Amino acid sequence: MPEFVLTVARFGFLILLWIFVFTVVGVIRRDLFAGGRTKSIVASPRGVGGAVLQGRPAKVKRGKAARQLVVTAGNLAGTRITLGEAPITIGRAEDSTLVITDDFASARHARLVPREGQWFVEDLGSTNGTYLDRGKVSGPTPVPLGVPIRIGRTSLELRP
Amino acid sequence: MSRIRGLKTRRNAELGLLVFAMLLVAAFGATVEANQFDEIRPNFWVPAGLIGILFFGLHMVVRFTAPFADPVLLPSVALINGIGVAFLRRLDLENAIANKLAIPGFFAETSGRQLAWTLLSLILAAVLLLLLRDHRVVSRYAYTLGLVGIVLMMIPAVLPASISEVNGAKLWIRLGSVSIQPGEFAKLALVSFFAYYLVRKREVLSLASHRVLGIDFPRGRDLGPVLTVWLFSLLVLVFEKDLGTALLYFGLFIVTLYVATERSSWLIIGLLLFFGGVYVAYLLGDVVGGPFANFYDRAEIWLDPFSQENYERKSGNSYQLVQGLLGLGTGGLFGTGPGAGSPFKVPEVRTDFIFAGLGEEIGLFGLAALLIIYLLIVERGLHAALAVRDSFGKLVAGGLAFTLGLQVFVILGGITGLIPLTGQTTPFLSAGGSSLMANWLLIAMLLRISDAARRPANTPAERAGGPKKAPTQLHGAMTEVIKP
Repeated sequence: MPEFVLTVARFGFLILLWIFVFTVVGVIRRDLFAGGRTKSIVASPRGVGGAVLQGRPAKVKRGKAARQLVVTAGNLAGTRITLGEAPITIGRAEDSTLVITDDFASARHARLVPREGQWFVEDLGSTNGTYLDRGKVSGPTPVPLGVPIRIGRTSLELRP
Repeated sequence: MSRIRGLKTRRNAELGLLVFAMLLVAAFGATVEANQFDEIRPNFWVPAGLIGILFFGLHMVVRFTAPFADPVLLPSVALINGIGVAFLRRLDLENAIANKLAIPGFFAETSGRQLAWTLLSLILAAVLLLLLRDHRVVSRYAYTLGLVGIVLMMIPAVLPASISEVNGAKLWIRLGSVSIQPGEFAKLALVSFFAYYLVRKREVLSLASHRVLGIDFPRGRDLGPVLTVWLFSLLVLVFEKDLGTALLYFGLFIVTLYVATERSSWLIIGLLLFFGGVYVAYLLGDVVGGPFANFYDRAEIWLDPFSQENYERKSGNSYQLVQGLLGLGTGGLFGTGPGAGSPFKVPEVRTDFIFAGLGEEIGLFGLAALLIIYLLIVERGLHAALAVRDSFGKLVAGGLAFTLGLQVFVILGGITGLIPLTGQTTPFLSAGGSSLMANWLLIAMLLRISDAARRPANTPAERAGGPKKAPTQLHGAMTEVIKP
């Protein structure tokens, strides 16, 4: 075999190897940014199905409807949950909709329930209590937009 | 298997990368033939094709049982495994040419056996994916697995040396021509057990603490399990004469503990305990000898491999390490080219020192690429750990990914003289069935957990016998992370 061919093969293999590495990185990169794109096809719970897809907001009684639950403080800060019609459970239990790893949260801490376009927060007998802004939540309490719900070190807000 | 319309499973990306990886393996084979035979024979692609078919089989299993699994894991591991088989084939070819034997068939010699082991490993991985539809099921058998892990780990230590000792390390069970390394499987069982134990104990371990110098240190009584595992790994070090395995188990436990509690003090305590223990073992080896002597020799060789004294040392000299270092040095930046080096100058080039032999031929550039691929595999494992929702899955994925990374570090650090050399296999690359099977099972577990992590929340998860406590409407909303 001519020396030239051997040299081409030797370096060609290394180049191919690095192209593979960069292709893998490219796939990972697309994967990272895919999170932003899935927003449009998000998962509205069964029943409301197409509503979010078609960008047609559900009928609202007064003001703007809450469309998202956003964690503003605590370990999960930055997490957002798209609201549908299903209740949202919050706690350390693994089957909660929002699993928070907060030392001051109970396994089943609180629940957010929608009633006719308005979301209600309800404490589920937690040890350290649930707070809506400054007040302790004792029964189902309507949650206005942008008012923090505090659970241990975690704060949550409803956003339009 | 309902494919959700519009949701990206990325299975086609996986298939594409897999084909690319197999092309690379074929290119390696072609270059080897060009260098060894001075011609590229028309059937040079057959080994790559054979192993490609095996990986394609696993890809199809993943497609149907874990459709949302990470698309990068399988092709990356397949590339490393394929390069391993191709390099072993290259060694067989050189061996045959040097001894004027007939060219070995595709299923003969070491590479043929490695191909068979790969087939067996992939079958095991596929069976795991088929049977285990929800990784949380594993937590039910945590204590059983813990026991199994410890038993597997201790078997070689208590067996007579004639059965269990190979090259000074008692890590094996040899039955006739078949030898297995039970420790490789033990790590899988132990990860599951540690994860389960720590999920249950994390509150105690992370809440009660003393604050010293701005770092939260745990209470003395909570140190119990850590000290137990530490003593245990030192026992392994003494009886199995293997620093690498001891480091692997201890590091695994400390990191799982750190992941569970988020307390960096565990890392500090762990490192202090380990280095303290190793230093004491080194001193004991110098003074007392006996079970510590082997470790003392390794440490001396590591400190100065090129000295005359160590090169002529009676009990385990530095010949192998020096040959490996010279091999890597000969390779230089770009290597001699696949098939053009002289890997047989390095002892054990098929198993422990495969990276030195491979490094001579593909050079620093090639080795760096392989290391980045290892790094990406570990990163995808950690990513699955971050993304999965249940704590058990997080700890298992984090622990498994870390173990894989640590094992690569231990053997590579040993070969390059960064840490004392201990006989660990290079995951997916070295010849040897136990390591390959255990590591493929590890990858199957990571695939399963990454599938759970990436699966959209409202997709009906096919749980064959999984816990059914969660009412489905609780998963009606989907969590996503805001980009800053």
